[in-house]
Amino acid sequence: MKSEIIIAGFGGQGVLSMGKILAYAALFEGKEVSWMPAYGPEQRGGTANVTVIVSDERISSPILSEYDIAVILNQPSLDKFESKVKPGGLLIYDPYGISTPPQRNDIEIREVGAMDAAAEMDNVKAFNMIILGALLQLCPIVSTENVLKALRKTLPERHHHLIPLNEKALTCGRKLVANE
Amino acid sequence: MDNEILLMKGNEAIAHAAIRCGCDGYFGYPITPQSEVLETLAAEKPWETTGMVVVQAESEVASINMVYGGGAVGKRVMTSSSSPGVALMQEGIAYMAGAELPGLIVNVQRGGPGLGTIQPSQGDYFQSTRGGGNGDYYVIVLAPASVQEMADFVELSFELAFKYRTPVIMLSDGVIGQMMEKVVLPPFKPRRTDDEVRQQCPWAATGMRGRKKNIMTSLELEPTAMEEHNLHLQRKYQEIREKEVRCEELQTEDAEYLIVAFGSASRIAQKAIEQCREKGIRVGMLRPITLWPFPTGKLQGLAQKVKGILCVEINAGQMVEDVRLAVNGSVPVCHYGRMGGIVPAPDEIVNEIEKMTD
Repeated sequence: MKSEIIIAGFGGQGVLSMGKILAYAALFEGKEVSWMPAYGPEQRGGTANVTVIVSDERISSPILSEYDIAVILNQPSLDKFESKVKPGGLLIYDPYGISTPPQRNDIEIREVGAMDAAAEMDNVKAFNMIILGALLQLCPIVSTENVLKALRKTLPERHHHLIPLNEKALTCGRKLVANE
Repeated sequence: MDNEILLMKGNEAIAHAAIRCGCDGYFGYPITPQSEVLETLAAEKPWETTGMVVVQAESEVASINMVYGGGAVGKRVMTSSSSPGVALMQEGIAYMAGAELPGLIVNVQRGGPGLGTIQPSQGDYFQSTRGGGNGDYYVIVLAPASVQEMADFVELSFELAFKYRTPVIMLSDGVIGQMMEKVVLPPFKPRRTDDEVRQQCPWAATGMRGRKKNIMTSLELEPTAMEEHNLHLQRKYQEIREKEVRCEELQTEDAEYLIVAFGSASRIAQKAIEQCREKGIRVGMLRPITLWPFPTGKLQGLAQKVKGILCVEINAGQMVEDVRLAVNGSVPVCHYGRMGGIVPAPDEIVNEIEKMTD
């Protein structure tokens, strides 16, 4: 089993941290894992993306031409990565700020209104965890238990009181796609 | 805890490995994409535990001269930087080569020339393997291809640096420096005591106490003496060529085509090889681990068995010159690379291999 994932959006949306939490959760499951960020000026307002690979076998390249799963959080990222999803793959996107929705019919496309849901929760920062919840509902790459363990690992201790909120966001994301 | 599997960036692995392998001092100046080395050392505060000194120097020139000084007293010292910063260090590296001083220089390469970009590149192959400074010298160049090798090669670099009294360069890049992978850090080893340094480095400036002065310099105004020193250096380089070549072969047994790639390019090429084999094209790879000394003999042997060689680098074609020298026209040699901080995707390499099979 191997999942080759691209997570792409604006800098500040929590793209890199979502990837990091996924990577740590995969580590705790005993999987092979790589996390390769597009680092640099992208982090400050431009487009940010990270390639996460979770595999049962040794990972060759941390850099890919095509992906099993694309998590798309803005229009420039959709324009760049829609064509790079493998046929039969999965594209998850938040419609917020998307003017031209994805068109392909040879992949599974799921719209996740995470931005709206985060606003309803009155916590925009929970946005990336809602998306991650939706992703894990559709593709159980790692368990919720290990995601929470990963949160404890990656969040500084002074923010550990936010873990229940993150758990709520994960559940919210799961429900957004489970209801469909 | 030893043997624990951790997830970290290549740059972080270098810092942790340095502390654990008994490094005495780090001197560096921040530059993307290697700043996490100094950041991790600052966070770990090894001066409170192992006594390792960590200095953010005022410049790269200062850093390398601090490494010169540390090497001269027999200490295991290092610096790290990225391409433009390493360019600034070349004078110091040449002086170290001339004075025969050990030390580790880590280069987490970015796009060039000049200030270039901050994204990954392998554009410093020439700078590293040809001696980036003046005069007839080489330094040992190790090319890590994983976060694990970023950790493992720190101690190996120090061993080689002291065995041959030479600077060693770890030539990495923004991919390996910035990516997170699983890693098992080396076990803790204490720093060498002053007595151990005196014993193991009789050439070092450790206080005269009843012996002749040890003079470390790259200057010699008498040309016959300087030529003699050069001949000595050349004999040393020949010994390194004979004993220290390191490389890895991948699926070469049945290969019709051979990719030669190092560092991050070798990782991307592995994916391309998987894709080529799915298409029925039998491709293998030779990954030089030491870029100098280059695995010339191994490559000559493999060249006899394949129809063509593709050298994949993240540059305009630098190692390909060593590949062509090695195979000496016995088989066609092509090159594929990207520049300026653009990293080739596996598909691009597959396309190049397909062109060769046409």
